[in-house]
Amino acid sequence: MINLFEVQETNKMIEESNLDVRTITLGISLLDCCDGDVDRLCENIYNKITTAAKDLVKTGEAISLEYGIPIVNKRISVTPVSLVGGSCCKTPQDYVKIGKTLDAAAKTVGVNFLGGFSALVSKGMTKSDRLLIEAIPETLASTERVCSSVNVGSTKTGIDMDAVKLLGEKILETAELTKDIDSGGCAKLVVFCNAPDDNPFMAGAFHGVTEGDTVINVGVSGPGVVKRALEEVRGRDFETLCETIKRTAFKVTRVGQLVAAAAAKRMNVPFGIVDLSLAPTPAIGDSVAEILEEMGLERVGAPGTTAALALLNDQVKKGGVMASSYVGGLSGAFIPVSEDQGMIDAVNAGALTLEKLEAMTCVCSVGLDMIAIPGNTKASTISGIIADEMAIGMINQKTTAVRLIPVWGKGIGEVAEFGGLLGYAPVMPVNSFGCDAFIQRGGRIPAPIHSFKN
Amino acid sequence: MKKTIITVIGKDTVGIIAKVCTYLADHQVNVLDISQTIVQGFFNMMMIVDANHADKPFEVLSAELTQLGQQIGVSIKMQHEDIFNSMHRI
Repeated sequence: MINLFEVQETNKMIEESNLDVRTITLGISLLDCCDGDVDRLCENIYNKITTAAKDLVKTGEAISLEYGIPIVNKRISVTPVSLVGGSCCKTPQDYVKIGKTLDAAAKTVGVNFLGGFSALVSKGMTKSDRLLIEAIPETLASTERVCSSVNVGSTKTGIDMDAVKLLGEKILETAELTKDIDSGGCAKLVVFCNAPDDNPFMAGAFHGVTEGDTVINVGVSGPGVVKRALEEVRGRDFETLCETIKRTAFKVTRVGQLVAAAAAKRMNVPFGIVDLSLAPTPAIGDSVAEILEEMGLERVGAPGTTAALALLNDQVKKGGVMASSYVGGLSGAFIPVSEDQGMIDAVNAGALTLEKLEAMTCVCSVGLDMIAIPGNTKASTISGIIADEMAIGMINQKTTAVRLIPVWGKGIGEVAEFGGLLGYAPVMPVNSFGCDAFIQRGGRIPAPIHSFKN
Repeated sequence: MKKTIITVIGKDTVGIIAKVCTYLADHQVNVLDISQTIVQGFFNMMMIVDANHADKPFEVLSAELTQLGQQIGVSIKMQHEDIFNSMHRI
């Protein structure tokens, strides 16, 4: 039977180390909403979302109360909108209209983010994909809860450099249109390589076309729990370090599995996956950077950082995989700058640069995330940074992503404030040498040789 | 049978167990097991209870216990046992 010690350990994780379920994300397919008329399409979308997700928030709150574990976010991901809108959208404005419908539906059911204003263009863009990408800046500026993502590359297809070029421009436009909130619109836009179909985390969540009609995906978190566990083994060897992370990840993931199964059962929706990611928040003690520093780094960014992150990411997966019947999504350590106090401190101390962050993305789950760069950065430079990150994902057969915020009107050393879970970030310097001629070429980068496994 | 875990943590004082148990008895919650320690004046108790026949729903019991805890000056938490089982048992 459960004993006092075990109960205390669990409750200490929740109360003192910020253990929580970061998100229950309900994936909803919008493919059956297609219509030749954009107004009817919007009506179908609104009805489908508000029907499928009507109990999502209530169910999440009930589970949270019964198990005594905070469930921070309840969210929705939908089919990439470019696939749904292709049937009727003739202008970017039509897509903006769909974006506003999604925003209204999100508000009606009470979720704080809805992801899926997306296009999958890893080999090429359809007319519909291009219209959606054109509509991203205005959509993000005129909606509150809609998140957008574009998959521009994959190991199987290579990288669509036309889309990379276009997105560099659209990110800058989004920054300008949302300059009142320190270009915060860009915090809702992710550019992916090898984007997973079942990621529950925002801003990159969408409901992939390989998924069923509706599905529950759950993202757990708990960097604070891992940090606290590592404090107990300070100075011990790597075997002990790795074992401790694995054990902790196992326990954290079991909670996610429990919540996912409960939510799926109560909403009568199939359970999809548990995403094992360590997702930091700006709260003190909820930081991935602090875990790396607990391992023995003076600051994140110091030599040894990439190795420390690699082992953290690997042990989190090893511990988590056995704890859940289905693991998916991004599953690894997130290293957003603005959402992690330890990362912000490292940038301010001069320990962490964009180039080191790029190296770190080779061994962890996502990519260049929530990084503020000067507002006068050229579109081609942003495209260049995206291309680099996509190449890392393509060659290493992993997911990589870019969520950069060129902060309109601000320069190096100034601070951008995004508020809430998105946090704040010091503006970081970007390499000032150009790559215009490279980006201007157009076309696509072919798939790498190791994609031919047939 | 679904079991519920109640934890009570706070500064030790007279009658904590009595008050919690009285409340549970009044609402048809059966106590199956109690373990309790006091470390440096700090009261620490875990009860395993059967609340399947309680006269109030879970969320009301949970809220009222929290309220009772505030009156006594301790923190009372009520949770389904599954969270502990899944974390500590394979």
